[in-house]
Amino acid sequence: MDRHSPALTLLRRTSLSAAAFFFAVFFLWPISTVITRGVFVDGTLDLSSLTRLLSNSGLRRVIVFTFLQASVSTLGALVLGIPGAYAFSRLAFRGRAGVLALLTLPFVLPTVVVGSAFVALLGENGPLGGLHLNGSLAAIVLAQICFNYAVVVRSVGSQWAHIDHSAAQASRTLGAGPARTWLRVTLPSIKPSIVSSALIVFLFCFTSFGLILILGGPGTATIETEIYRATMQSLDLRTAAALSILQILVVGGVILSGMRAGRVDGRSPRWRPSGSGLLKLNSKRSLVLTANLLVVVLLVGAPLGVLISRSFTTSSGLGLNWYRSLGELGSTGLAETPLKALSNSLTFAAVATFIAVPLGLIIALAVTVKGGQTISARFMERAVMLPLGVSAVTLGLGYLLTLDTPPLDLRTSWWLIPIAQAIVATPFVVRIAVPIIASTDQRLRDAAALLGARPSRVWRSVDLPVIRSAVATGAGFAFAISLGEFGATAFIVRPETTTLPIAIYRLLGRPGETNFGAAMASAVLLMSATAAILILLDRDSLGSRS
Amino acid sequence: MTLRLRNLSLSYGDVPAISGVDLEITQGTTLAVLGASGSGKSTLLRAVAGLEPSRGEILWGDEPLHRLPTHRRGVGFVFQDHALFPQRNVLENVRFGLEMPHYNRTDAAKRASALLDRVGLAGFEERETHELSGGERQRVALARALAPAPRVLLLDEPYGALDRELRERLMLDVREILRESGVTVIHVTHDHDEAFALGDEVAILHDGRISQCAPPSEVWGHPCDLATARFLGHTSSLHAEKVRAEGSSSSSGLNLTTALGDFAIPYENAPSNGSFDTECCVTWRPESLRAESLNGSTEGGAPLDQRGRPLLRVFGTVMECSFRHGHYLLSLETAAGRVEGISRESVPRDQRLTLALNLDEVRAYAL
Repeated sequence: MDRHSPALTLLRRTSLSAAAFFFAVFFLWPISTVITRGVFVDGTLDLSSLTRLLSNSGLRRVIVFTFLQASVSTLGALVLGIPGAYAFSRLAFRGRAGVLALLTLPFVLPTVVVGSAFVALLGENGPLGGLHLNGSLAAIVLAQICFNYAVVVRSVGSQWAHIDHSAAQASRTLGAGPARTWLRVTLPSIKPSIVSSALIVFLFCFTSFGLILILGGPGTATIETEIYRATMQSLDLRTAAALSILQILVVGGVILSGMRAGRVDGRSPRWRPSGSGLLKLNSKRSLVLTANLLVVVLLVGAPLGVLISRSFTTSSGLGLNWYRSLGELGSTGLAETPLKALSNSLTFAAVATFIAVPLGLIIALAVTVKGGQTISARFMERAVMLPLGVSAVTLGLGYLLTLDTPPLDLRTSWWLIPIAQAIVATPFVVRIAVPIIASTDQRLRDAAALLGARPSRVWRSVDLPVIRSAVATGAGFAFAISLGEFGATAFIVRPETTTLPIAIYRLLGRPGETNFGAAMASAVLLMSATAAILILLDRDSLGSRS
Repeated sequence: MTLRLRNLSLSYGDVPAISGVDLEITQGTTLAVLGASGSGKSTLLRAVAGLEPSRGEILWGDEPLHRLPTHRRGVGFVFQDHALFPQRNVLENVRFGLEMPHYNRTDAAKRASALLDRVGLAGFEERETHELSGGERQRVALARALAPAPRVLLLDEPYGALDRELRERLMLDVREILRESGVTVIHVTHDHDEAFALGDEVAILHDGRISQCAPPSEVWGHPCDLATARFLGHTSSLHAEKVRAEGSSSSSGLNLTTALGDFAIPYENAPSNGSFDTECCVTWRPESLRAESLNGSTEGGAPLDQRGRPLLRVFGTVMECSFRHGHYLLSLETAAGRVEGISRESVPRDQRLTLALNLDEVRAYAL
């Protein structure tokens, strides 16, 4: 942006102040209130609620189980994901793009959809219902692996495809066999992405809420679900706040250690500008590829396939009964029909997108000004990532605790839902927009200026087209994230403003074939809507690239 | 011992990268393989190292190396971009090959240090590889490849990324180090100077096939076919017809009729002494066609240069003139079309010029 034009500078400062104010009111205030509520009683510091987390055996079990399920899921995602990264990023085979899209699908789908898919697969009457896994640690771990498999495959795979493969070849010419070469040369080169994806997966599993609420059973409560239960059922806000503080501390610790692990030093592997050659299939590699394809089919294909098939399966054979029932209240016990919930979801997601995109863009522009090298730019870039470190559940709890007094008594207002969703989505918009905007070649600006363009013209002809593509991509993601948001919405939703993810969760919790069928059909509908947005987005970003 | 490649071929899909390569390299000597980009140079080395599956035989004496996996072939490789291990410092890089189970580990550090000393990097042991300059990286890569005492060392355009002065210095250093180590070397490059300076023999690789393999002076002086001649700088060529030598002919040699006139060249300036059919192509390097005053003493007969070598008068119009090492390179329009020659002085465009073609340096090839 033109730094010399006073009008533009004023505009930038005003918009930045507005963005900061929005974040202060709808993020910092609620979260700091949660923390205060946890450690202060009547204005005096009281840490008894925190110590109770360790002394109370029930809460201790919750904490231990949270770590246990997150660790086991992370380990599982790595064990399956690292071979997948090799197979899908290094081997040449037809349909690679399709396989990558399929395995990424669960990650971009709302957690409620993935949860429903595993209920369809493992629950009563499901094809694997006989294993009685529903409600067990195994069910949770399987769903978490399904959800996070793509994180490992894509992040490790992209580094694996780009490392300097001649180092491995050099090792072979120096007498090291394949195994030794892998351990001593390849593994150290891909270690950064293994560590960072492990941390990300751990974080997702640790703060996972929807999946556990849907798939968990007795004894599978985690910190997140316990915050929800303490708030909604026991009305024990002090315990909920204490759990939130613990959650923030753990997440903060993981993010800090991730930043330390990911710090670029001289020893980090050299990246090639483009992936150097895929490996041709031979008999050994075909075997590896087949095994990994099988993992994708079982882990991703099976649950989603069963979800779709069960949405069409009625007691009298295949049919559209469950889809037809989405417009009726029937015995659902909901205040709104699932179709109305879908329309609510679409409206809220649109509003949230309209908030998140300008917000994210203002921050991204501020962050990238002067190449992002100023102290304030770096501070802002970190600060805006804070919502990623606080679970949506904590945010929801914060809204309940704070936004109850005029002029900000928003608890009964539907506005609160898109605002919460926007706070969750904004960091993603920033993350998407910053590299796009930063990628603008300074030489293009210089060339435009040398050709006689005034600063505003330079901005219009060089920066604006780039920003436009950032807006399109950011908007798509913000919409998809808002559409599937579950954690924060669960706290602030009211019967008449039910969103589709919440409706699915409620339907799954009710007895009867009709409710189950309606949940399946709703989940397929939500999956289709999300997939459609992402396909559009993909086409759009491909188009702008070409 | 001799390293022998027999009928070595390698294809990428349906595209052959090298086909039917036959080469013999005597132990302790260097074979420089010269070829243009895409001629299959790197592929040849990768096939010898076993980094790509190939057909044909690779023999060290009688030992079939082609049946062994890469890590058992005892073949060292210096990669074009060095391929240093980023997670290891300089010493750890050089020591890597000595950490294999069959080496005595106690000697490893000593040998690695000695090699670093030999390549002029004593004191660099603890440096990280990203701190090194291009030349230093190159030396580390060489020391690392030499550490496990390979039988054969493969150098893939090792000086490609270095500036001229550094390259010249390093080339001589490396040649000395390789001679001392007694290793057999295949050195591939696209750089003529490098190949002819470093190779005990030079092989020309063209479209994945070896067209010629001989000592440097032989290859330079007698390119074996038209493509090789062009690759080695014979930029001018013109169509010629062979005149059957009559008994009465006074000239000894291959009599040719061209658009530039009739002349004779020595029989040995054509492969198989010119045993081709009537038509052929004559070629020369720009240095063979000079804009110089002709020896006036030969009025009537064929002109001769100061050393008495036969010359041909060529008339041309200068189309382009550009300065090259110590002379001007001329592009001339002649009766036989565009040819290249040289001049000591700059010549303006469109100037008519008389030049002398040194017929001893003209080559003739079958079409």
